[in-house]
This record gives sequence, C-alpha cells and structure tokens, in this order.
Amino acid sequence: MSELFSKKNKEAFVNPLGLNNPVTVQVLGICSALAVTAELKPAIVMGLSVTIIVAFANVIISLLRNTIPSRIRIVVQLVVVATLVTLVSEILKAFAYDISVQLSVYIGLIITNCILMGRLEAFAMQNGPWASFLDGLGNGLGYAKILIIVAFFRELFGAGTLFGINILNYECIEKAGYQNNGLMVLAPMALIILGCIIWWQRAHRKELQEK
Amino acid sequence: MAKFKCKVCGYIHEGSSAPAECPTCKAPASEFVEEKKKISTNSNGYTLIYAAVMVVIVAFLLAAVSSALKAKQDDNVKLATKKQILSAVNINSTDANADFNKYVKAVLDTEGNEKGAVADFNVIGSEKYNVVYKCELPQGVKYIIPLVGNGLWGAIGGYISVDENKSTVYGVFFTHDSETPGLGAKITTDEFRNQFVGKNILRDSALTSIAVVKAGTAVNDKDQVDAISGGTLTSNGVNDMLEKCLGNFNSFLTK
Repeated sequence: MSELFSKKNKEAFVNPLGLNNPVTVQVLGICSALAVTAELKPAIVMGLSVTIIVAFANVIISLLRNTIPSRIRIVVQLVVVATLVTLVSEILKAFAYDISVQLSVYIGLIITNCILMGRLEAFAMQNGPWASFLDGLGNGLGYAKILIIVAFFRELFGAGTLFGINILNYECIEKAGYQNNGLMVLAPMALIILGCIIWWQRAHRKELQEK
Repeated sequence: MAKFKCKVCGYIHEGSSAPAECPTCKAPASEFVEEKKKISTNSNGYTLIYAAVMVVIVAFLLAAVSSALKAKQDDNVKLATKKQILSAVNINSTDANADFNKYVKAVLDTEGNEKGAVADFNVIGSEKYNVVYKCELPQGVKYIIPLVGNGLWGAIGGYISVDENKSTVYGVFFTHDSETPGLGAKITTDEFRNQFVGKNILRDSALTSIAVVKAGTAVNDKDQVDAISGGTLTSNGVNDMLEKCLGNFNSFLTK
C-alpha cells in the first residue's frame, strides 16, 4: 500500500494540479481551453472526459511501452487514443444516447488534445502503469481546474450567468451602468484570462520564474 | 550462448553459467546476473509487423463493436428523431414512440400527397428531408417540416412546425453536430427558439421564410428574429437552412 502511494507517485498526481499544470506551465491543450470555456457546463464535461481518457490511454501506453518501436511511437499513441475515444463514443451511443449527443462536440477535441500526446510521450513511455494512471488523473484534473476558472469568468462577465442560471441580468444592475462584456464570449478573451492566470501563478511561485 | 554481467564492475562473461569469480574485480558468482536477450524494437521488420498487427487488431475491434451495437444505436437515433419532431410542436415527450404514433396522423410528400402509413415510415431513412409530418394536436392541425443545412463547423438541422394556415410558426427545434459551445451552439436554447413562435413564413401567400439577422437590423420584406452574438456564421446557417428547406415545400405551403 505504501508503495502504491509512494512520494514519487504522489508527485505524479499532485504536481500537474499546480506546479506542473498542463495548461499554465506545460502550455498544452490551449486550443481546446479556448474553444469550450464560454460556459461552465461544457468546460466541466470536457475536463472530465479528458481526465478519463488521458488516464486510461496512459495505462495502455505504459503497458505497451517496452514493445513500441521508437520510430512509430507517436502513431501508436495516436491509434490508442483514437481507438479508446471511438469505443467510448460507440458504447455511449448504444447505451446512453443522451450523454453521447452532448459529448459529440468534444470527441474530436479529445483525440487531438495536446495534453494526451504530451503525457503519453513524456510520462507513460517511461513509467509503470500505476504511476501513469495517477499522472493521467492529475493532468486531466489540472486541465479541468484551469478550464473551470476560465469558464467561470467568461460566463459570469460575458453572459451574466453561471451554469445557465441568471446572476447579473437584472434591471437594477443594468441601471447602475453595468453591461455584459461581449468580448468575454469570444475566444481572444479566454487567452487573456489564461495569460492572467499564468501571470498570477508565476508571480506567486518563485520556482517557476526564470533567472 | 547466454551472457552474464558482473554487477560490481560490469564485466561480461559469455558461457552457459556464471563464472565462479569475476576475472577483473574478484566478485563471487552471486554478483553475476544473466543478460536477457532483447528483441530489437528498432529493426525495420519489427516496426512493420508491429504496425500491421496493431492496425488489424484495432480494425477488428472497432468493426466488431460497431456492428454489434448498430441495431441498438439505430433504435436510439429513431427514438431521438421522433422526440425532435415532437419538440417542434412543443411536446416534451418521455415516450416518443407512443406519442409519435398518437399525434402524427399522416406523412405527406413535397406536393402534399399522403405517403402511406405513418407507422411504416422510416424517420431516419433516405426520404426523411422530403416529407411533411401532419400532426393533430388538441390545439389544431400542425404541419412539421424537416430542416437540414450547414453551420460553421458541421451540419445543423431541425424541424419547424406551422399552423393550419401554413404560415404562422407554432414551434421550432434545432440541433447541431459541432457548433461552438456557448456561441453557435446556442441555437438549441429555448431563448433562440421561442423567437420564432408566431412569426409568419408567408407574406401575401408567397413564401418568404424568416430572416435571422443581427439584433436591430431592419428587414422589410419578411419576418425576422435576432441572431446569436458571437455565433454569426451559425446564425447565417440557420437563415440559409430555413430559406432552402422551406423552399423545397413551396408548392405545398402556398397551395
């Protein structure tokens, strides 16, 4: 048991949540972070989907790591991810149709997500299945965390709602001169918010600052 | 011939068993470990075979799963389609199969002629975009017209229902494959859909469709609804889809 949660394994899980966050430090998965963060709900769905897929893809690649020919390793990783995502979507279509309809937008985004390829290449190819599983979970959740923070600001100030529930669209607020910011709904604002998060993180964490 | 490596100094001994003593550092036999022969994962042959085997396994796996689940998936799609058709006349159905058979009284072609029994009609078959569903609700007769078009990233579709006068919109339903969540994907929200209710697709008994335009734009020759901010291209897609699909039924609608 102690081996399962050794210091190294714990780090594999905890580091991506903060110090080695896939979005703000490794700068992976930026494109999807811009695409799905206009509202909170898709951000959460996307975050969870990526977490599940990256964890299991990490385990599979980690089990295969000693057999994969190094020259076609990226192809193998891509095939594993694409197969996994397709299988999940086929099964959902047959047994949980409503969920599969909601997720259909994300299928393509998951397969091409840089975090998956990044983690498979950087971690699963060198580490055992259990450590890789934790690394996948950690990175997925680290990604979800950033997505949710960005989506919170974009939905609140862009549409005046959270999870589609009205927060700011009241007459008294409008009379006070407040207006929803249309720029928040657009992708460039996601990049600016992301920049602010990275700025904040680097200002607080000495070890992330270059000399 | 097996190889044995001394753990202390790295000396490699070739033979059937480990030597009694290391010739360089005098370590005993227990310090030797056998070096396992590894298949070279870098050779061309191995790479090719690996790729081929992987492709075959994946192909069979996907094909097997897909064909095993096909029937169940089709049922789901049919049920969902019927639910969508009913959504266009504002029925939020929990048992779409039963409600569909209850309310939809006839399936008409583009000229308004009846096309055989409702129960036999395949709502996801090749004819699905060329028919009008005639519904009899407590609120009166409604005609439901299928819509299909292109959004920004992929296909969009839906259903629009009109009153017996074939002009006043009773309800709409929109669906999309891959529009941007939070922007173009908002065409499915009630807020956007409710704008259509009560608008007219005919003016002076000529088909005009309904314009989807930026809020505040003046359109004189037809009814209009507000487009989605940040989802201009998807909104344009809805506009074009309405024009094109209603156009298919011109002779039925203006008859």
